[in-house]
Amino acid sequence: MEFSLLLIQLLNGLQLGILLFLLSAGLTLTFGIMDFVNLAHGALYMLGAFFCASLTLYTGSFILAILLALPLTALAGYLLEKLVVQHLYDRNHLDHVLATFGLILCIDTIVHIIWGPQGIAIPLPAWLSGQVELFDGVVLPSYRLLIIGVGLLAAAGLYVLVNHTRLGMLIRAGASNRKMVGALGVDITALFSGVFALGAALAGLAGMLIAPITEASIGMGSDIIITTFVVIIIGGIGSMKGAFLAALLVGLIDTFGRSFLDDFFKLLMSTEAAETAAPAVSAMLIYILMAIILAFRPQGLFPPLSR
Amino acid sequence: MTTTTSARPDHRQNRNTETTRLLLVSALLVLILAILPTVLYLTGHTFWLDIFTRLVILAIAAVGLNLILGLGGMVSFGHAAYIGLGAYAVGIPAYHSTYGGMDAIATYNGFFHLALALTVSALFALVTGIISLRTRGVNFIMITMAFAQMMYYAIVSLETYGGDDGLTIDVRSEFPIISLDDPLTLYAVSFISLIIIVFLVHRISNSRFGLTLQGARSNEERMLAIGVNCYKYQLAAFVMSGVICGYAGFLLGNFTTFISPEMMDWTRSGEIMIMVILGGATFLWGPVIGAIVFIILEYVLSEVTVYWHLPFGLLLIFSVLFLRNGLASVLQRSHSQAGKGQ
Repeated sequence: MEFSLLLIQLLNGLQLGILLFLLSAGLTLTFGIMDFVNLAHGALYMLGAFFCASLTLYTGSFILAILLALPLTALAGYLLEKLVVQHLYDRNHLDHVLATFGLILCIDTIVHIIWGPQGIAIPLPAWLSGQVELFDGVVLPSYRLLIIGVGLLAAAGLYVLVNHTRLGMLIRAGASNRKMVGALGVDITALFSGVFALGAALAGLAGMLIAPITEASIGMGSDIIITTFVVIIIGGIGSMKGAFLAALLVGLIDTFGRSFLDDFFKLLMSTEAAETAAPAVSAMLIYILMAIILAFRPQGLFPPLSR
Repeated sequence: MTTTTSARPDHRQNRNTETTRLLLVSALLVLILAILPTVLYLTGHTFWLDIFTRLVILAIAAVGLNLILGLGGMVSFGHAAYIGLGAYAVGIPAYHSTYGGMDAIATYNGFFHLALALTVSALFALVTGIISLRTRGVNFIMITMAFAQMMYYAIVSLETYGGDDGLTIDVRSEFPIISLDDPLTLYAVSFISLIIIVFLVHRISNSRFGLTLQGARSNEERMLAIGVNCYKYQLAAFVMSGVICGYAGFLLGNFTTFISPEMMDWTRSGEIMIMVILGGATFLWGPVIGAIVFIILEYVLSEVTVYWHLPFGLLLIFSVLFLRNGLASVLQRSHSQAGKGQ
């Protein structure tokens, strides 16, 4: 019993970690290569969820909706890059923050106008809404397993793309010295747009995967973007490996904190005190983790060597 | 030879007219803020006094943020946390005086509220500053934001004080002689505070301390080479800035009499930052101008449409793209030096 609870929380933590990785991968790529701080990354996560919700209701198939929503989100990212972001690359980080803050306001309002103020729930197909019995007594919702599977697949795909393809080589080269890459005849503008669209699609995928569990709602992006920032700061900004490990770490610590901290506190203090303190501390846990890590390693756990 | 001798007085004269122009604008600004809301209130437009009170209080926070952002080049994205802390320093003692419990802090005494607000924000700034200032650039932006968000979640989880739903302040901070229940008095207190704080920031920026900060902004390695350890100066400025915002929070709590974690949300920090940048971080009164434009624009646009965030966001994007050093840069034609972040 105790063991199965632990296993379920472990998988919940992994699921959160995987989603955070999908979000932070795009963020860390944009920052690593283009030195661009994108607060509006959460808005793309939200857009992905809304595209998927509408398409699921329209086509009747969740899987088909994801396949259609992915290029749509990438297109939204591409347009965003062409219209606004591209003009900000040679500005300082403060300008990035302000302009993308403006973008959040715009995108949130546009979503509000199109989809209305209420959230949209996404119905899951029957074969995904069931449960899977792993071994005796340990039962897990199959959809959560799917999220973990899809997320790991995306992570593996990203790994192959970045480390074993020509495009990945250009991305890595761009991250270490983008002027030199440009001088060697690579169309850096197109590379930037492509990477931005890729990051948008990954963030959108995270939104699509989480939407059936929560729902597609305005503000879902603003809530998760801070946690994503914590992930890429802990991992070392610009590092893909750092983002992956930090995402899993943050996902697990957050989940375990929320489910087991009050039991742990009860060992140390009175039940009443533990029940007051535990929710507050567990909500702050990942920030405390970040503070501790940064106090010893200001550049994060795995800072990219070339920067 | 001739060009240098002729250019110099010309340049000086340029600077002089510019200084005069800035002084004139500042005087005009003070005059408007002193007279307009009072007149509007006395002629029955009480609503406008509310707008101006909120505006002046947020201007105080913006001036506080600008102390580190404009002067020190430290882009803090978490200053709403101090506003929230200042407001809860009014709300929590008032709550306990009304409903009992926690006798040690249960009081309506304004001096106690004020002291608590300033101490708590100073402590929070000190602790987070020690860690945040070890990082630079974008890490600093994000870590200050994350610390503020940590405080946000901490307040949300305090069920006693309303958690997510917020807390109503039944009795405002009590001071001898004056009463903050009178809207005009509250405005006068906020306005005078703003003037004093702008003056203090002006004195600080021209002091040796301020010059050290500016040096650290332009080139920290060079400062280190001439034997100045910037870290402690930056930390001191960070704490001062936090305390000013905590004071603004104290006023805001007394003004709205309803406080909730929402006022510490990271988007709120973004708004204060927008005020600073919109107005112009290099100009002493820039943040005040920014706060005026921001609040008035917010009010006017939200009167026109419920979707006012859209035109507002677009304006913000356009101002970043085309108005590089804020509205105040329009006044400072010859000044090219900008208060850029790191």
